[in-house]
Amino acid sequence: MNAARWLRWESMLAAVLIVEFVFFASTSPYFLDVWTLSDASFNFTERAIVALPLALLIIAGEIDISVAAIMALASVAMGLAAAHGVDTPALVAIGMGTGLVAGAINGALVTIGRVPSIVATIGTMTLFRGGAYAVLGDRVLKEYPASFAVFGQGYAFGPISLELLTFGLLAIAFALVLHYTRWGRAIFAIGANPIASRCSGIAVDRYKFVLFSITGLFSGLAAVMLTSRLGSTRPSIAQGWELEIISMVILGGVSVWGGKGTILGVVLAAIVLGLVNFGLGLLNIPGIVMSIIVGALLITVVAIPAIAERWPQARLRKTS
Amino acid sequence: MNASLSAASRRDLVFGILTVALLAAVSVAFPSFASPANLADVLNDTSILILLALGQMLVIVTRGIDLSVAANLALSGMIVALLNRSFPAIGVLPIICIAALSGGVLGAFNGLLVWKLRLPPIVVTLGTMSIYRGVIYLLSQGAWVNENEMSREFLRFVRWDFVELTTLSWLAIVVALLGFIALRYSGAGRDMYAAGGNPTAAQYCGIDPGRMQFIAYVISGALAGVCGYLWVARFAVAYTDIALGFELQVIAACLIGGVAIAGGVGSVFGVVLGCLFIGIIRNALPLVGISAFWQMFINGLVILAAVLLSARQRERKRSILEAV
Repeated sequence: MNAARWLRWESMLAAVLIVEFVFFASTSPYFLDVWTLSDASFNFTERAIVALPLALLIIAGEIDISVAAIMALASVAMGLAAAHGVDTPALVAIGMGTGLVAGAINGALVTIGRVPSIVATIGTMTLFRGGAYAVLGDRVLKEYPASFAVFGQGYAFGPISLELLTFGLLAIAFALVLHYTRWGRAIFAIGANPIASRCSGIAVDRYKFVLFSITGLFSGLAAVMLTSRLGSTRPSIAQGWELEIISMVILGGVSVWGGKGTILGVVLAAIVLGLVNFGLGLLNIPGIVMSIIVGALLITVVAIPAIAERWPQARLRKTS
Repeated sequence: MNASLSAASRRDLVFGILTVALLAAVSVAFPSFASPANLADVLNDTSILILLALGQMLVIVTRGIDLSVAANLALSGMIVALLNRSFPAIGVLPIICIAALSGGVLGAFNGLLVWKLRLPPIVVTLGTMSIYRGVIYLLSQGAWVNENEMSREFLRFVRWDFVELTTLSWLAIVVALLGFIALRYSGAGRDMYAAGGNPTAAQYCGIDPGRMQFIAYVISGALAGVCGYLWVARFAVAYTDIALGFELQVIAACLIGGVAIAGGVGSVFGVVLGCLFIGIIRNALPLVGISAFWQMFINGLVILAAVLLSARQRERKRSILEAV
């Protein structure tokens, strides 16, 4: 029954996506163009790359609010290295390495320090973003080598950007791992009932630590792409993205209580949100109006199953 | 229950000594820091944080979290700023009432979703945070309300001195005292802790934990609304992005002050200390010659130290009760 419901969720998202396409195509003559759509994809690829591992983390019953701050820290680390003449491959390693270490710190706080993940990542979010500000202040770093631009501005073939291709491959990889391997099944089990999982021999803490680390690693990768696309680093880079990334995951049908969700849903939600963002821009509607829509969507999405489940439950409670 | 209370008060005491030690250390190096006038300035500077953190504490004690306080503050602040621009003759008292009402309604919206639909507080307030910010933009059309568009009375209220302290400081002191008395000695106050400490047990005692959460959100919202007026009047400007990200400082003050995110634990004394701790660091940094850009980083370190310590305490206490 559950599977049926979540399948329906994804078909709903797909329907929304089609409505969006038709709406924007009919209101703006510039929308249905291969290159326009290719440009539009930049509105979600970087966020969506972080949303994939974050979805796994939320399915496992944890959360990471520090993802955008990790991106800022990784970007600052790359910027400083670039200012000292470090070349492109090493810059990528530094960006992803910073992300990995930051994610591992989150993981250690939750698994070894026994701090609830929301508190731990509010702390590290302040720490990482604070670190970016402490190092940079009001300066800007932009001495990136020319070859570094390829990650955010390059195209793999035709109108398919390198970012879009990376996201596509990663989405397939994450979907395979989550839905077709023992590891994926363990992640669902941990989210549904951590104590029972531990009693049945799943190394819950090890899984959580790895998931936090991977989320950090891919935040680092997203930082490489965003920094490369913008060509500069400010400490306020990716500010507020944690909200948009978490919204993507939850809109994608991942349960905030853990134990439920699919990668397909997250991918669809990422495209839906990215297109809304881009389409509203085409229609000259300011970005902040978008935040009202995202906020309302977020609440509606969690409210729908709650309302649906509430009525039969309420009746049961009254009779018992 | 008794044991946990005494552990909490012991923590408050240790943290109080730490705060005084921090103050003493700064004062030894910079004697002017300890002058009554400067300390009054620090309190004035920390008052809004104290008011917001007290509301946030109630929400966290009842097992919620309110990420929308800063957006609520900004929206309520914009509402009264626009009202004041259109009707400069409105007195300060009606303005404060309207701010509290607007904040209370915004808080009640959070509370209803959490209480009636049992939605996760973090998602609800993350959502309303961006909705409220967006509404400010729609209301103001993205424009600023500047000092010359505010009435003199509107601006002067927060700067009014009484016995060496500003109205802002007195408000924080009075609300903290009221909060202390209400939480410690009133039935409703004890119900808050009961609902957060063990909702199932509370329910069996005739307390509705959801209703307690709702009340906490309304109070937190109303305080945020009043702070909206105070903020706008103090900085003499209202625009879409005021207090952007301030919710994190508020939550930080609570965590530093010993409020447990799992609910049921937190004291007015601890939270006020947590705010003062942040306030002292913020005001001492320029004196010590450290750039203000380090503030956030230091806050992060202090939050992590505080939550790691309290997690360790909890672990020790619960290890007998919980095998896993």
